[in-house]
Amino acid sequence: MGELRLMKGNEVIAEAAIRCGCDGYFGYPITPQSEVMETLMEREPWNETGMVVLQAESEVASINMLYGAAGSGKKVMTSSSSPGISLMSEGISYIAGAELPCVIVNVQRGGPGLGTIQPSQADYFQSTKGGGHGDYRLIVLAPSSVQEMNDFVDLSFELAFKYRNPAMILTDGVIGQMMEKVELSDFKPRMSPNEIEKKYGSWATLGKPKNRGRNIITSLEMDSHRMEVNNRRFQEKYKQMEELEVRYEEIQCDDADYVLVAFGSSARICQKAVDIARNNGLKVGLLRPITLFPFPKKPIGELAKRVKGFLTVEMNAGQMVEDVQLAVAKTKCSVPVEYFGRMGGIVPTPLEVVEALKQKLIGG
Amino acid sequence: MAKVRGAVVVDNEECKGCGLCVVACPQDVLGQNKQVNSRGYHYSFMKNPEACIGCMNCAIVCPDSCITVYRVKV
Amino acid sequence: MQITDIINPENLVYEKPKLLTSNTMHYCPGCSHGVVHKLLAEVIEELGIQEKTIGVSPVGCGVFAYNYIDIDWQEAAHGRAPAVACGISRTNPDKVVFTYQGDGDLASIGTGEIMHACNRGDDFVVIFINNGIYGMTGGQMAPTTLLGQVTATTPCGRDAAMNGYPLKITELIAQLPGTSYVTRQSVHTPAAIRKCKKAIAKAFTSAQEKKGTAFVEVVSTCNMNWKLPPVEANQWMEENMFPFYPPGDMKDGSKHDIHPNNTVKS
Repeated sequence: MGELRLMKGNEVIAEAAIRCGCDGYFGYPITPQSEVMETLMEREPWNETGMVVLQAESEVASINMLYGAAGSGKKVMTSSSSPGISLMSEGISYIAGAELPCVIVNVQRGGPGLGTIQPSQADYFQSTKGGGHGDYRLIVLAPSSVQEMNDFVDLSFELAFKYRNPAMILTDGVIGQMMEKVELSDFKPRMSPNEIEKKYGSWATLGKPKNRGRNIITSLEMDSHRMEVNNRRFQEKYKQMEELEVRYEEIQCDDADYVLVAFGSSARICQKAVDIARNNGLKVGLLRPITLFPFPKKPIGELAKRVKGFLTVEMNAGQMVEDVQLAVAKTKCSVPVEYFGRMGGIVPTPLEVVEALKQKLIGG
Repeated sequence: MAKVRGAVVVDNEECKGCGLCVVACPQDVLGQNKQVNSRGYHYSFMKNPEACIGCMNCAIVCPDSCITVYRVKV
Repeated sequence: MQITDIINPENLVYEKPKLLTSNTMHYCPGCSHGVVHKLLAEVIEELGIQEKTIGVSPVGCGVFAYNYIDIDWQEAAHGRAPAVACGISRTNPDKVVFTYQGDGDLASIGTGEIMHACNRGDDFVVIFINNGIYGMTGGQMAPTTLLGQVTATTPCGRDAAMNGYPLKITELIAQLPGTSYVTRQSVHTPAAIRKCKKAIAKAFTSAQEKKGTAFVEVVSTCNMNWKLPPVEANQWMEENMFPFYPPGDMKDGSKHDIHPNNTVKS
């Protein structure tokens, strides 16, 4: 059993980064995630593991510092909240285009614009459909507990390096600010350049030895045919992620007539809603996508064959509902897919969810 | 005083005919060829080879690094 | 003595630097970029740092710098090269990192990144090509465009009332305590090129010695967009650019020289 602690979600992100052998963190303060960098500065990991922590002048600079460090084969991460992620979108697109691994944590708040500092899940589209310019995807993991905040840091790095693609931990102000018991991961040493090269190949810019050609990190290709080849390679990678990396959790779906689909903090609320519904004699289950990209289309398709309806519960105007509709449409089952959500930083209550389920799907 | 003789070799295909070497030469050795290379540039050549002292000025100013310089004391 | 007798390997005194690749540069005839690339290749070779040097190329004409110098490179988003270089050098303190940026990249869209990198004193070299115009996009106004200078977006000449004033960003950079060596050079004559090479070598040495950000501006020509033949472009630069952007060293020191008195007492 690992070390047990009572910690905030944001603090755990920082601790998990140090423990998984992260080489560097570059960030900029924004509510509700500032504790990530504050915790790192308090912990001074540069004395302990050699991890670099730097407060950059902006989110734009942070993400480009990630580009540089990731391009030299380092395990690096940043964290921000919605408006900051928008600023990073240019850099994220470049990182995806240059096929570099890195981890980006988005502790979402409500938008659009400056919006609110209260929690939200309104960056679902931005995170799962690319976000910046061009055809690219992020690997998106949605923790729904402080424990998963811990677990997904290491997992995100694993996936990011496996696919040489940016990975995002898409969480929100609820999980980021919430305190829970967490079992911390054991310390893993930082990888040396040689170990990284052995495990992931020689692409990093660490200075060109005489015995290899120069490594160039770029997303630019002026020849359209070659650029199309690059794009096809990216798409192939995303397809492979869809085949191999889908993660989800089914709760009481075996006998369910109706299934709630929710991720992150909404999924926690839905767990309570499932209990309330079942106490009222309604057979309700919950499907919780853990990876938002790749999205668990297949399990939703399987459920579509035997349930009477789906209700997505999201802290936004209805974004993931479109992916559920697509997954259901593919099965040609005519099962209704409805959405219930709150916006502007309002967190739905379990009773509201049960009420919406009754109104929109069950009737009465 | 020992006399110095020089000579330059211009990579005709790499030369873009910018003419910067021509004005950089203190001995008026270089000129631009009336002929063009395969890319259509009037490449530089030694129009007055006997005057070259191998000072390297032409090669130093050449943006395309297409001039090689030789020098010998005679 | 015949010319063929002189052209003999033992008489070789100057050849293309070994670190320049065989790729033909995409730059226009007479462009200053080619000269600065050559100097970088020579300096990196002479300092023996090829195996630990990482270049960061910009967006602008210099974007393809990575095709010409035989070292590892990263290509940055427009203006972000200093942040990229910061990321590399902070996580790889044993490496030598430099950015290669134009005036649009460094002094317009990337003003924030360059200022803060220099203010933090990140230990890398900045090569700043200032030709007062946007080359790659076809000759639009740059932050460093001179008053009255005609460009594609200032067809009647840059007007201070509308476009503000040309930005002496190197003078601003020299004020920042994080910088070590700040200089303005040019590459229009053999003497200037020799001097510029010394400055670049000094900048690389200074960054290696962790003295802070070393900054070399090279006042350059863009004869294509200035619409002048290369030789006349050099003359125009001397007559018009040098009075406003005078060559010379602006700072020669170290970020460690500064011990601010204004730190809080407790």
